[in-house]
Amino acid sequence: MSSYYEASARERLLGLLDEGSFQEILPPSARISSPHLRQLDTPAAFDDGIIVGKGLLDGKPVLAAAQEGGFMGGAVGEVHGAKLTGLLERALDEKPAAVLLLVESGGVRLHEANAGLIAVSEIMRAILAVRAAGIPVFVLDGGQFGCFGGMGIASRLCDAVVMSEEGRLGLSGPEVIETTMGVEEFDSRDRALVWRTLGGKHRYLLGEAAGIVPDAIAAFRDAAIGLLRQAQAPDLSLAAMQAEHRRLANRLERFGQCRDAIDIWRSLGIEEPAGLPLLEIPEFVARTQDRRA
Amino acid sequence: MDANHLINTLFPQGAEIDFDGEFFTGTGQVGDKIVAVLGTQGGVYIGVELAHRMAGIVLDTVRNHPGRPILLLVDTKGQRPSRRDELLGINGYMAHLAKCLDLARRQGHRTIGLVWSQAVSGGFLASSLLADECYALPDAEVRVMNLPAMSRVTKIPLERLEALSLDNPVFAPGVENYRRMGAIRDFWQGDLAACLATALDSPTGPDRRRAHGLEREGRLMAYKVAERVRHDPV
Amino acid sequence: METLVFDYRDGKPVPASNRPPALVGVVGSGNLEVLVEAHDLSGAARVEVVTAATGFRPIWQAVLDDFFNRHAPSNILISINDVGATPAVVSLRLDQAMEAFKAGGAA
Repeated sequence: MSSYYEASARERLLGLLDEGSFQEILPPSARISSPHLRQLDTPAAFDDGIIVGKGLLDGKPVLAAAQEGGFMGGAVGEVHGAKLTGLLERALDEKPAAVLLLVESGGVRLHEANAGLIAVSEIMRAILAVRAAGIPVFVLDGGQFGCFGGMGIASRLCDAVVMSEEGRLGLSGPEVIETTMGVEEFDSRDRALVWRTLGGKHRYLLGEAAGIVPDAIAAFRDAAIGLLRQAQAPDLSLAAMQAEHRRLANRLERFGQCRDAIDIWRSLGIEEPAGLPLLEIPEFVARTQDRRA
Repeated sequence: MDANHLINTLFPQGAEIDFDGEFFTGTGQVGDKIVAVLGTQGGVYIGVELAHRMAGIVLDTVRNHPGRPILLLVDTKGQRPSRRDELLGINGYMAHLAKCLDLARRQGHRTIGLVWSQAVSGGFLASSLLADECYALPDAEVRVMNLPAMSRVTKIPLERLEALSLDNPVFAPGVENYRRMGAIRDFWQGDLAACLATALDSPTGPDRRRAHGLEREGRLMAYKVAERVRHDPV
Repeated sequence: METLVFDYRDGKPVPASNRPPALVGVVGSGNLEVLVEAHDLSGAARVEVVTAATGFRPIWQAVLDDFFNRHAPSNILISINDVGATPAVVSLRLDQAMEAFKAGGAA
């Protein structure tokens, strides 16, 4: 089984889509890279750390993007962001069965922070425009750098997020919190704490992630096919937003006093919550069935 | 300028605003229009509760006052960086606020953001940057990270960053940089009430920020790259 | 940062000049990306290196000489973005890129 966590963005994308179906838009040979890094003595990448294009999943046409965490932590700069926004807007013209976002990003790229922040807001607007046009957008999150900052917000604008336990999803990363608020607020080197706070299992139990899979490209592919087969037209109605509003209010009420993920899992009525991080995914899913928030 | 003074200046015809600590909401009169107002003061961190509360105001406006314009006066130093907020899924709360603002837009509410004090990172992303247009007072501050902190994280000498930032808008804090890059539509100066009235009457459309960034020569790649990805044959 | 260019002559043609470009590696610390493209250089081959580490031209020369001794491709453009990869890593990526190029695409 080929690990999703260890793979490059390119390997993930090629392994996820139907074999031989992927066609890249603005590939590395087009050399559309960041114009801002060189002046800061930082090497650029030929694809600016994101691969975008079209392909087939389960025989259906999809548009897909994959962020490469190995290049600047997958952070969003001007070109990187514009490639993703352009791909999303392409969906408005092509009307694919879905858009797949293989996210891996620390958020905004500091070397071009202003351009990156604006780019993320353009991505956010574009995601919502695509969904409003009736096209679902699915997020896959299982890379080494997780998904943070603006991309953490953008991911939750989508129809569904599928994670592995290893993937992380949040807004401020542990290192950022430790640097700003001190190590007693969040010890970023406490790996167990990081993963049970931000990792796939907790996000799944909280309802932030719709699905959880083992760390394998094939497992992510199966999950994406599952989402595609069950896909319904995105619901962005007032009623849907009000329902989400109540869900989020309920979360604050039930878990607002909890100090740790284990306290939340205990409140959910899960037996032996401290043992959850040790479980394999099928056993974890079975143990937590009907217990998710 | 404090929030009270700002509101009096924006709404000389009158406004009814409830303040609750750093949060405020209410309505203001502009000509024959009533405008919903939603804001924060004191450079507040936006955490899960505040994001949720702001989303609730937007939803109430959509439900009870169809079409009423929404003015965002958010003064924030960004998302609250805390373990508890992350534990509860703060990115989901921010996304919810963004979705509610987008719902309002699609339902025909004019949404306008005004950066009047400071706007930073995630707090800016989920609020004013999601509005139809974002304006700013010329002495407001917009940033992702200040240069000393950026220097520490990127290991690039501070002097180098300071020198480059003199004529390059791409990374240094500053509201003019964001105007040049297209995210700030314009500055509001002098008669702020007239600025607001003009903004409310101006036509709205799709996201034009990349085009503005290109016209103003602050963001030269974004427009062309997005256009190519959208239209290039494969 | 430094940009280095190396030219090689008298290589053997790589069959079929319309092969798609191949890319391997990632622009991350201690790593590099290598892009191999068919390019009409009148029988020559060119390597363009952008590297974060300055002052290593002789080492690049040695690693590339070794690569061309083994593969000797012609009419080929190799473009590299490097973040301080060791000679062993550079050599490995070059071989992988050449293999991917001959196989017809991305690794």
